[in-house]
Amino acid sequence: MRRFLARHYWVTGLAVLFVLMLGLTRIIQPGFGISGLESVTRAALPYAFATAAMSITIIAGGIELSVASMMAVGGTLSAVLMAKWGVAGTVPALLVVMLAGAAMGAVNGVAVVLSRVPDIVVTLAMMYVWGGVALLILNGPGGTATPWLRELILGQVPLPGLRWLPQAALVMAVVIGGIWWSLRRSKLGLSIYAIGSDQTAAFRSGVAVGPTRVAAYAIGGMLAALGGLSLTLSTGVGEPIPGPYLMASVAAAVLGGVALTGGIGGILGPVIAVFILRLARLDLTLMSVDPNVTTIVEGTIMAVVVMIGGLVALREKRR
Amino acid sequence: MSDASLQPDGPGRRALLWLRETPIIALIVLLVALVALLEYLSPGIVNERWIGNTVKFAIPLAMLAACQTLTMYTGGIDLSAAAVATITGFVMATLVPHFGQGWGIFIALVPAVLIGLLNGFGVAICRVHPLIMTLGSGLIGIGCLQVYQRYTIATGSEVAPVLEWLGTGRTRSVPNALFLFVPFAAFVFFVQNRTGFGRMLYAAGANERAARLSGLRPWQLYFALYVLVALIAGVTGLLYAGIIRTTSLSLADPLLLPSVAAAVIGGTSIFGGRGSYAGTIVGALILTVLGTLLTLLQMPEGARRIIFGGIILLVTAIYVRLTDNG
Repeated sequence: MRRFLARHYWVTGLAVLFVLMLGLTRIIQPGFGISGLESVTRAALPYAFATAAMSITIIAGGIELSVASMMAVGGTLSAVLMAKWGVAGTVPALLVVMLAGAAMGAVNGVAVVLSRVPDIVVTLAMMYVWGGVALLILNGPGGTATPWLRELILGQVPLPGLRWLPQAALVMAVVIGGIWWSLRRSKLGLSIYAIGSDQTAAFRSGVAVGPTRVAAYAIGGMLAALGGLSLTLSTGVGEPIPGPYLMASVAAAVLGGVALTGGIGGILGPVIAVFILRLARLDLTLMSVDPNVTTIVEGTIMAVVVMIGGLVALREKRR
Repeated sequence: MSDASLQPDGPGRRALLWLRETPIIALIVLLVALVALLEYLSPGIVNERWIGNTVKFAIPLAMLAACQTLTMYTGGIDLSAAAVATITGFVMATLVPHFGQGWGIFIALVPAVLIGLLNGFGVAICRVHPLIMTLGSGLIGIGCLQVYQRYTIATGSEVAPVLEWLGTGRTRSVPNALFLFVPFAAFVFFVQNRTGFGRMLYAAGANERAARLSGLRPWQLYFALYVLVALIAGVTGLLYAGIIRTTSLSLADPLLLPSVAAAVIGGTSIFGGRGSYAGTIVGALILTVLGTLLTLLQMPEGARRIIFGGIILLVTAIYVRLTDNG
């Protein structure tokens, strides 16, 4: 138990904070229960995908500034395909969206590897490119979402004993958790952590740095496209203008314990961080705080967290 | 380089080396080529008036890009620059009716300094990565501005006439904005080339440990740098409000990413230690001309963005090859 805490103190702390936030929400709004949890989870779903995409690229030693634009592509593409192919073509549409996401991420990764331009600049440029692609797919909000797919992230799990659990949480756990779990168990996952923490050392240990990097970006792109899909599912239309997911995903990844220097972090922390940030927003809204003040509070939380994180890191270095 | 013309002493090799030493030449060639292309596509467009307009719109971009350039010397970046510019422009417009031009402009720079101090504190004392720190401070700043706006919505706002003169006026077909920009650019060149502060910026970016061992105190440097940069962003916001002649809550937002792109195209390394403001100025001009070109081609908005992003990527990739690959 002690060793577990020593190793996972950050995630444990986040989980405690999350529970405290749930309690706080309950105090502010005594009616907050299963349905409240469900709406928070549904709102958090796109953020969770964006954060997972951001986390994996940061862990691989890069950063993905085009995450929101790729989500817009995923969202518009899925809406258009579902409108065109109908209910019968939903599953192929899903596959196409996932493939398109992986392809977008792979293009980013190849551009980073081949051009030797820093990740931050490449993905900044790709932010325009993918944003433009989304606008070419749909010039304004449009398309539809298949009803049964929409119901997949709506309501609670219809199984005895799990009726409190939001379906969106289950989707999140299965998709993000599944991708992450298989990654952590594979050689590729290990290689991603290796190139993130020390590229030269990884290269000398026989890791194919370039392909690993492309793979990390491709997985990130796929997660981003799925995030866009989940957005389309929750609103019912495809939206070509990228949402505020870039800032939010960086904030959640950092709050979740992913080091910007690469090689350090997991997925559980960032996902819990997404929930904490969403709950903070909800609490402030419930306290009928001006939504603009909410933005200030969110920014302050983010700044204070990273400052404390920086001071802690500095102290450990001095020791 | 196995090409025959690129033998160690061949003329091709020497030309390449020369290009590598003075990369700004390549940028100017690119700029001229873009202008020529524009003239070819739409004969007669390039005249005195067009040049004046291009310069006018490139100036705020180049000034905001100065924030990125100076922070990039140390391996940082300033993503709060657009927020600071927006806040300063907006606050100025709300203060001018009450306090007059001078005081209105002066007080409007206070929030800029405050955000600069916050960034400085985060980067210098807490050693937060500048990307994250400035992202957060920009978010906080815009939030504060939105709250501020609700209290001043009834009081009315007015862009200071002196700024409108500076932003939109012309003196013998030369945009007045140059009266602000030329001294400003001279100041930046002076700081980066002739002062100890400028050398320290490069030194800290090239190798912070070595710089520290040579007696540099990084925290003082970063504090000064981020306050200076916030002030520059504030002045940019004032000028931009004068050019646009009105203010809004997202005044300078569209300039943020182009400002980073201008610095990067201009050859400033995002990892620190290398670059020059001269390249950034040419980069800002290139982006402005490129914007005109893409508007002229009457392509859908999506295709324009794709080309814009693609060109930024292409130019930086060529640039990195040119300067690094030896």
